[in-house]
Amino acid sequence: MTSATLTPEAPASPAPRPRRIRTPRSLRTRRVLGWIAEHAVLIVLAALFVSPVVFVFLTSVMSSSQTLTASLWPQPFVWSNYLTVFTTVPLAQWFANSAMYAILATAFMLISSVPAAYALAKIRFRGSGVLFTAIIVAMLLPPQVTAIPIYVMWSQLGLTGTLWPLILPNLLGDAFSIFLLRQFFLTIPTEYSDAARIDGNGEFGVLWRVVLPMAKPGIAATAIFMFFNSWNDYYGPLLYTSENPAAWPVAYGLASFRGVHGTDWGLTMAMTILVTVPVVIIFFFAQRVFVEGITLTGVKG
Amino acid sequence: MTTTARSVGRATARPTRPSRSRRRRNLVTLALLAPTLLGLAIFFVYPLIASVYYSFTRFDLISPPQWIGLRNYEYLFTQDPNVWTATLNTLWFVVIWVPVKTGFALIVAGLLARARRASGVWRTIFYLPALVPPVASVVAFVFLFNPGTGPVNQVLAWFGIKGPLWFNDPAWSKPSLVLLGIWVMGDIMIILLAALLDVPREQYEAASLDGAGGLQKVRYVTLPSISPVLLFAAVTGVIAAIQYFTEAAVASSVASGKAVVGEGIGNTLGYPDNSLLTYTQWLYVRGFGTYQLGYASALAVLLFIVAAVILLLLLRRFKAFTPEGAQ
Repeated sequence: MTSATLTPEAPASPAPRPRRIRTPRSLRTRRVLGWIAEHAVLIVLAALFVSPVVFVFLTSVMSSSQTLTASLWPQPFVWSNYLTVFTTVPLAQWFANSAMYAILATAFMLISSVPAAYALAKIRFRGSGVLFTAIIVAMLLPPQVTAIPIYVMWSQLGLTGTLWPLILPNLLGDAFSIFLLRQFFLTIPTEYSDAARIDGNGEFGVLWRVVLPMAKPGIAATAIFMFFNSWNDYYGPLLYTSENPAAWPVAYGLASFRGVHGTDWGLTMAMTILVTVPVVIIFFFAQRVFVEGITLTGVKG
Repeated sequence: MTTTARSVGRATARPTRPSRSRRRRNLVTLALLAPTLLGLAIFFVYPLIASVYYSFTRFDLISPPQWIGLRNYEYLFTQDPNVWTATLNTLWFVVIWVPVKTGFALIVAGLLARARRASGVWRTIFYLPALVPPVASVVAFVFLFNPGTGPVNQVLAWFGIKGPLWFNDPAWSKPSLVLLGIWVMGDIMIILLAALLDVPREQYEAASLDGAGGLQKVRYVTLPSISPVLLFAAVTGVIAAIQYFTEAAVASSVASGKAVVGEGIGNTLGYPDNSLLTYTQWLYVRGFGTYQLGYASALAVLLFIVAAVILLLLLRRFKAFTPEGAQ
């Protein structure tokens, strides 16, 4: 990038940023060309990023015979694909399973992880450093490392074949959520919690009356992350429910959908869109807190 | 940090035994943390220890584990027909998938950091694919790239290019997943964009005054100030790559067209031709496909050692992950 301040007068000038220096024409042309080039690249990239969605959507309203041809435009538009998928597989059941998994996991996570994150962020106690390190390691360790003994435990309890092994552990804290919530709680100045303690509040009072109201966006972001992770989960349901289609969440059902129906890309793409729509709707309602949350996961090293 | 606060407190306060209010506070702290402590014990500490124990046994879930010493590890290093293929495939994702995805995210973030008009719209377009459930994006990509009627090869044909077989060709299946990785790079991009927008403008102006050109500014101003975030993205990318599972398993299963309901991923594993067989899938199949839980535990212990080394590196580099950091 070349800029106006590169002109010879600039360094000598006493003003911090001389505004009205005439830029040589060649420089201005180069800037305009640079602007055009950058935006051309952006537009082409954006088109490439959007095109999968367009093709998937167009295919989702094609008849199954048309998906076997080379044409890319639906003729006719078969909107009924979106209803047909509900009758070819127990899709309503799968959606209900996904909703149960995501909602309960999120609620349980909040009950257990908000207090823990509060203690880690706002109370000084011996061993907090060790505990926090353990939570970070638990958060970053591949789940496959601990999967076998945990599976053995759940099978001894007779709960394999259901989604409970994926839901219940959230009652005992979720490492990633605790990490994220703690980051949010740390941004609340300690003066507020200290003042509340001087006013005679116990720790529960400080958490309930001061920290919770101030950390609402952070808690919302963490809850949305948890909801999405459960909604999108494939590995967990594969591990625990693969033999029991009645317990499948919808994302897992989608993965085995094509196998049953040969090459019916029309129905498969309709289901692909149906699985994605709830996530996108939630995102648009909560865009601001959500993007803030993503940024905080990678904060300031 | 905690200890200094304590000793300062001791020095000023009268030396009494712990007051009742302090004991009460400790109890409250313990109550706040109790579920998490229990969770760490049951779902983290115990399974780690149990995995090590199981790895020295023969265990099929029906009869109790039977001690066989180092036999699992012997088999792992000398006889297992697929462990090398799986390790190399996973390594491929670490070496190619992570840098390509991160690099692409950086380029897009750089372009977005400079686009002032409609930046929200651009950001949303490039971010949204990251939200799509991984299973849905893989199924969509296998369709888009399918060699028969897939739109990608048809569009390529307009330009007279004969597209490859993508997910059905062992040489192209992993690059196809890299393309998918690029499409879903949005969350890394958002983190990098935030870091880029945090670089103080004065530094660029100062560099300009010193006569730095565009590339020099990138080299001497941008990269140094975003390097912690870039390193964070790279290391979390590596952690994601060593456990790469869902995308590869679903791509194999859908592209093969042979998936059977309730069969899991066992019979389409690594399709085509083991090219998508990653380490964690191999672990899954040995553990839960053929119920060789002892042997799968040995694979898990090995994965743990590799992950632990990466984590140590990460924990030492990042203030955000230390108790005092990220304030």
